[in-house]
Amino acid sequence: MLLKRLTDACGMPGGEGEVREIIIEEIKPYVDDIKIDRLGNVIATKNGKPGYPKVMIAAHMDEVGLMVKSIDDGGFIKFAQAGGLDERILVSKPVLVGKNKIQGVIGAKAIHLQEKDERETPLKTKQLYIDIGAKSKEDTEKLVKLGDYVAFDSEYVEFGNNLIKAKALDDRAGCAALIETLKHNYDVTIVAAFTVQEEIGLRGATVAAYNINPDIALVLEGTLCSDVSNVPEQSYITKMGDGPAISLMDSRTLFPKNLAKRIFDLAVKNGVDIQYRLPSSGGNDAGAIHTTREGIPCAAISVPCRYIHSPSCVMSKDDFEGLKKVIKLFLEDIKEGEYIRD
Amino acid sequence: MINKDLLKKLLETFGPSGNEETIREVIREEIKDYADEIKVDALGNLIAIKKGNGKKIMVASHMDEIGIMVTNIDENGFLRFTNIGGVSPFTALYQRVMFADGTMGVVGMEKLDEMKDLALSKMFIDIGANSKEEAVKRVNVGDVACFYAPFIQDGDYIMSKALDDRIGCYVAIEALKALKDCPNEVHFVFTVQEEVGLRGAKTAAYGVDPDMGIAIDVTMTGDTPKAKTMDVKMGKGTAIKIKDRSVLAHPTVKKLMIETAKENNIPYQLEILDAGGTDSGAIHLTKSGVPSGVISVPCRYVHSPSEMVSVKDVESSIELLVKVLEK
Repeated sequence: MLLKRLTDACGMPGGEGEVREIIIEEIKPYVDDIKIDRLGNVIATKNGKPGYPKVMIAAHMDEVGLMVKSIDDGGFIKFAQAGGLDERILVSKPVLVGKNKIQGVIGAKAIHLQEKDERETPLKTKQLYIDIGAKSKEDTEKLVKLGDYVAFDSEYVEFGNNLIKAKALDDRAGCAALIETLKHNYDVTIVAAFTVQEEIGLRGATVAAYNINPDIALVLEGTLCSDVSNVPEQSYITKMGDGPAISLMDSRTLFPKNLAKRIFDLAVKNGVDIQYRLPSSGGNDAGAIHTTREGIPCAAISVPCRYIHSPSCVMSKDDFEGLKKVIKLFLEDIKEGEYIRD
Repeated sequence: MINKDLLKKLLETFGPSGNEETIREVIREEIKDYADEIKVDALGNLIAIKKGNGKKIMVASHMDEIGIMVTNIDENGFLRFTNIGGVSPFTALYQRVMFADGTMGVVGMEKLDEMKDLALSKMFIDIGANSKEEAVKRVNVGDVACFYAPFIQDGDYIMSKALDDRIGCYVAIEALKALKDCPNEVHFVFTVQEEVGLRGAKTAAYGVDPDMGIAIDVTMTGDTPKAKTMDVKMGKGTAIKIKDRSVLAHPTVKKLMIETAKENNIPYQLEILDAGGTDSGAIHLTKSGVPSGVISVPCRYVHSPSEMVSVKDVESSIELLVKVLEK
């Protein structure tokens, strides 16, 4: 299954190779051209009819994770963060280190040995280490080198009411939806950008958008969903099961209302569940794309993901199906000459 | 002489970042007889071109103002909201807000034990609705409002919301009208989304591709009781920017402004702003780089519903801009 393959693969910012290979293999039969640009973005073009706009659709390949920073005398690995992680969730998580996916676990001093104030403050990254079961520094160095990426070891699992638990749903859910989108034919020309380095500052999208220079852009994402215990309703951002979410505003983009509303209304008219993603901090590739060159109208549609940026992201398969439907509806709704800039 | 009618219209018109349609039409209507060409780009920047054979100069003043966006409506019809641009909870408390369709509301707060705990997340807007059903007839999630405060001019001072940066728009409009023998090609850009990160200026500058950039914006002052030290005073003339957090004024542009002010006996002061940035921050980094500077109007109480500037400073800013463009 595509989503399982994509989420089980590892791709930290700057190390998206494994994900890139899967994507290229999947989309090859359905597109007219595939390029990998100098930063590593996959740019795939599917030609439409003349007179129709060029639509860039972006989904980022990278996920948040860790990077090997040093190895101590005991063979334990100190690490840095690659992308925005809540360090309180790190302790005791199983991880995979480097290209060969060496198994390890994030360790810390046992509770029995902690002083009272240590027990009361969450563990910081600098107090944690990765234990790969090595005996010494030399032993670890045989398998791991500085700069190796570290991914969470967390399998794709289906559970509950049509839900999925996996790592990296942000943004492999978007990648999967984009791959599926490319399997259909449209009047518009689609330039799919599977971008790199979103989690560390929208870097791949910055150069991809400049290069593609589209008439309009769509960003597909896994996004915040905080519809959980002890959170007031106004802070939910999105609600799981209420359909894909259209962005209004985040810390990087004010989305054009007419475009967001058009997509929203189109979904409603066709009986597809949809919701607005409420303003919150954080940003996505749209932040880089919409200010490219002379400006590009941009919409972002996301699958709500609980526990995002953790090894156990949770999303609803129904919302994911809804995302695919909404993209297709919108692409088919674009008329000849629309959005085309002179 | 200050054009009071135009100022009132510019200042009282609705236009938070990303919602500049109405203010854009007000400005377009005002300048249409003076520009050789007018266009609107993909992000909504209004670009008015005054043709000439000399250098291509981009003048940027931003149309947008700070505001709020509704994020949730509760069962009793109260609205939760988030900020668009720099909105302080202390400044927002008990202010009136105005939505695009004229719906008015007031900002209230939950009961707090300590006033220092005040945060936008503990505040709400009351539009006088008794229920969610009644509220959604007038306001919906995603709707945007600006602060409401009528324009006042008395003697030398002007007090209003949105002087940041409608006063810059006013300076640019009056300069466009006053330009006579201008050897240069001037692109007057009324930019969008400055308050959320200089976004409009970034794409406009890419499109215009100017030889020089001049932003017109407000700056802070250091002339109120126990103010943070800053050598800019209201009423002491237009301010020529040396630096802020977004830009170091280019030496050639700075020199041009200072020399022009001296030659024409225009009262001016030099501005070093610790915090804040303006459109020149985006313009000067465009493509291979654009020498850029800023003409600022000294303004007290920036980002409040009662910002204050001096008429004399506005006039000296217009005069300086005109003389610089005609040089």
